[in-house]
Amino acid sequence: MSATLATASYIGATILFILSLGGLSNPETSRRGNLYGIIGMAIAVLATVFGPRVTPAGYAWIIAAMVIGGSIGLYAARIVKMTQMPELVALMHSLVGLAAVLVGFANYIDPAASAEFQGAEKTIHEVEIYLGILIGAVTFSGSVIAFGKLSARISGKPMLLPGRHWLNLAGLVVVLWFGWRFIQAHSIPEGMLPLAVMTVIALLFGIHMVMAIGGADMPVVVSMLNSYSGWAAAATGFMLSNDLLIVTGALVGSSGAILSYIMCRAMNRRFLAVIAGGFGTEGGKPAAPGAAPAGDVSPIGAAETAELLREAKNVIIVPGYGMAVAQAQHTVYEITKLLRDKGVNVRFGIHPVAGRMPGHMNVLLAEAKVPYDIVLEMDELNEDFPGTDVSMVIGANDIVNPSAQEDPASPIAGMPVLQVWKAKTSIVMKRSMASGYAGVDNPLFYKENNRMLFGDAKKMLDEVLAALKA
Amino acid sequence: MAQVIGVPRETAAGEKRVATVPEVVEKLVKLGFKVAVQSGAGEAANFDDPSYQAAGAEIASDADALWSAADIVFKVRAPTPEEVGRMREGQTLISFLWPAQNPELMQQLAARKATVLAIDALPRMLSRAQKMDALTSMASISGYRAVIEAANAFGRFFNGQVTAAGKIPPAKVFIAGAGVAGLAAIGTAVGLGAIVRANDTRAEVADQVVSLGGEFVKVEYEEEGSGGGGYARVMSEGFQQAQREMYAKQAREVDVIITTALIPGKPAPRLITADMVKSMKPGSVIVDMAAEQGGNCELTEPGTAVVKHGVTIIGYTDLPSRLAKQASTLYATNLFRLTEELCKKKDGVIDVNMDDDAIRGLTVIKEGSVTWPPPPLKLPAPPAAAAKPAAAPPAPKGHGHGASAAPMPARATAIVFLVGALAFWFVGAYAPASFLNHFTVFVLACFVGYMVVWNVTPALHTPLMSVTNAISSIIAIGALIQIAPPLAAGAGAGRPEAWIQWLAVVAIGLTAINMFGGFAVTRRMLHMFRK
Repeated sequence: MSATLATASYIGATILFILSLGGLSNPETSRRGNLYGIIGMAIAVLATVFGPRVTPAGYAWIIAAMVIGGSIGLYAARIVKMTQMPELVALMHSLVGLAAVLVGFANYIDPAASAEFQGAEKTIHEVEIYLGILIGAVTFSGSVIAFGKLSARISGKPMLLPGRHWLNLAGLVVVLWFGWRFIQAHSIPEGMLPLAVMTVIALLFGIHMVMAIGGADMPVVVSMLNSYSGWAAAATGFMLSNDLLIVTGALVGSSGAILSYIMCRAMNRRFLAVIAGGFGTEGGKPAAPGAAPAGDVSPIGAAETAELLREAKNVIIVPGYGMAVAQAQHTVYEITKLLRDKGVNVRFGIHPVAGRMPGHMNVLLAEAKVPYDIVLEMDELNEDFPGTDVSMVIGANDIVNPSAQEDPASPIAGMPVLQVWKAKTSIVMKRSMASGYAGVDNPLFYKENNRMLFGDAKKMLDEVLAALKA
Repeated sequence: MAQVIGVPRETAAGEKRVATVPEVVEKLVKLGFKVAVQSGAGEAANFDDPSYQAAGAEIASDADALWSAADIVFKVRAPTPEEVGRMREGQTLISFLWPAQNPELMQQLAARKATVLAIDALPRMLSRAQKMDALTSMASISGYRAVIEAANAFGRFFNGQVTAAGKIPPAKVFIAGAGVAGLAAIGTAVGLGAIVRANDTRAEVADQVVSLGGEFVKVEYEEEGSGGGGYARVMSEGFQQAQREMYAKQAREVDVIITTALIPGKPAPRLITADMVKSMKPGSVIVDMAAEQGGNCELTEPGTAVVKHGVTIIGYTDLPSRLAKQASTLYATNLFRLTEELCKKKDGVIDVNMDDDAIRGLTVIKEGSVTWPPPPLKLPAPPAAAAKPAAAPPAPKGHGHGASAAPMPARATAIVFLVGALAFWFVGAYAPASFLNHFTVFVLACFVGYMVVWNVTPALHTPLMSVTNAISSIIAIGALIQIAPPLAAGAGAGRPEAWIQWLAVVAIGLTAINMFGGFAVTRRMLHMFRK
């Protein structure tokens, strides 16, 4: 395959990738979008392998690596539970980061790769290598920590080192200093030391950055790492002078950045504040003791919940991370089906940051076969709560907290929330009265029209289902 | 100790309702109570003894047995002197009572040292009290029945028809008073196909009339007539004059008049004079739902239907009882909701909590001492008094994520452009041409990504992330071209072949996991999304 044909194939692949992302804009076209992505990737890989830059000597290696990696990937994709999606995605981001680091090092130690560059071009090329490895390393270690937090191998609490902003700043200065040394280096062995030091610092920085972020901010982190993995690919593209890599990396990078932005806006927080970490730990201490909501909580049983649901005409279910933890989505679907058969209008209200990654709840509900046209966004049904008979909150807390709107002193003030308390009756399913990730007490629990259904979401919903069937 | 709720047979002549129905007995039993029903209590409302038994009630053979067994008595009508005589100390009675109209009865009940809750004394403006509002449920039944009675007495169809036998004009129905009963009557008459007009001194109900398909007839006079507690109040002389003219006009035009006008604690206002009745077409019908309080029509004879000047004037005072089964079911549910409020612990024992506004209002006698009338409720300023806040215009919504469509302020835009221009100038001035080519591609790709992704529906965020993740394994290309590049002769000198190869192989392996795994898991997810 000639060089021009390979380039033309790359253009085709680029177009297919853009179509792929575009296809995901709506469920009808999403499967085709994924198919475009697969075809694009196949074209890109084949055009490279059979293109002028790879000699047949490498075929065996490539096939072996592809078969091993591919089978691991397919196996993981098959066995992963939908509740574990955030972990899987985080882990995969780390692979891209690591690959970027490896490609960067391989490129640097290859004298043939930089032989053609002179003067300013050489400097730019070295900066590209440096940056590519830097972003890759941060992505790698950050994703590994995110994976640990999401799979509960590491505590979800933010770990805040003293003077952590100064630590980060010091790290940045060191990275810049070694970057200068790296560019000044005359030979490859001479440049290895700055490069290695920078890699270690970047790895530490990635760990430190994600460790400081609380569990509730995970949707932002996951999409941010998604963005980083794209920038890593783009930096690698610059390093290798490969437009396909640049374009694809930029696509992925900007898509991740947009998702991060959407998530931040859904929490009414600034991106930098999320990255700086530690929700509710700095500034105004959450919920001054005097402002603790007073009143009684009215507990309710599964049988009465079923009674309320049976008598309702309009029901809105608001799922949260608790539903994912309890694996309750299938029971939720059974209940939904039963109620819909009885003519009850059941809908789902999804907060943008419900769960641990963007769209987490939608995937879980889709897995349980809940039709996507009754799964609505917060903005789409927030105005419908006053006409709703029962709103049922399953394992969510901060996203239904009225103090976000009613109490300007609240740490989550201004965050858009689902106004479940405006329904005639709201039922909150929770294991205990503990506060959510934001550490803010929830006045919803004390509202007169609110009922608490204590217990494990799955167990309680099973009982509600049994009572509904009876 | 579970308390016993007793439901006697109603003794008032013609009363067919019963204070509880089997369906509700079940719920009361669930609250922990025992329920005793007098034999034959539900007969007139088509509930027989076995059905009560099946629901968990005990059947008491006669009134004596029932009253002595019951701790709490549910009744519909106010008790007769004989029934008051059966009451004992500590017993609780829940029924309609009308304490303002029945001061003697109040004295007798207080003398028995009982606790009495008058369901008609409910503070109706508490939104929490709506579920117990028996007046509302009875009124809506009356409104329905009033139309049915009118249709029964009226000699024509209500709906207009064009038949082979000729064209039939629709009946015109005028409804005076658009309270609960009036609105129910409007809905029923509209359902039968009549042309419905309605009037009320409270201007704010006009929307409700229209929403039910009626036409709101205004009195041409400026005055606001909303009193407390959802009732109208007495209006000024000038207004009444204008109102009379309007009624006289309606009387000449319509076929059916249904009047529901009541003012609490006062005789019903006289809206329809004898002259107006005379002006009506022969065969017309008037249903006077205020007959019990003296009637809105001068010629009404409470309790019966009469024909005067060719107009049938129906003054039945037992309209809910004429729909006994429905009325009993609704009333029983109202009482059940009240019982729930009284028995929050669900242990079958009631607690008349005088700190609760709703219960305080209902309780007219507490353990022998008269507690009626209750102190005025401290309610927040009624929202009706305040001008309705204009609905905030919905924020303009962009496509996709509801991005605010408002453009950035001009100054911010200018700054962004300035910074951008400087950055590009810097790049253009110092970077070599080959870099610029890649840089162009990079910037454009960022924009394409932004445009494409901005439209993604939030439901697909997870699949989007996993597909972009799979696509980012494009980095494999970087590793692929390192594994065995075609080297110019001599260029391979000093190249750490093995190192590069192994780094590349590992990188390919890692990205392959990502590539295959990412697409496969996306595919799996997307297959789950269904309508």
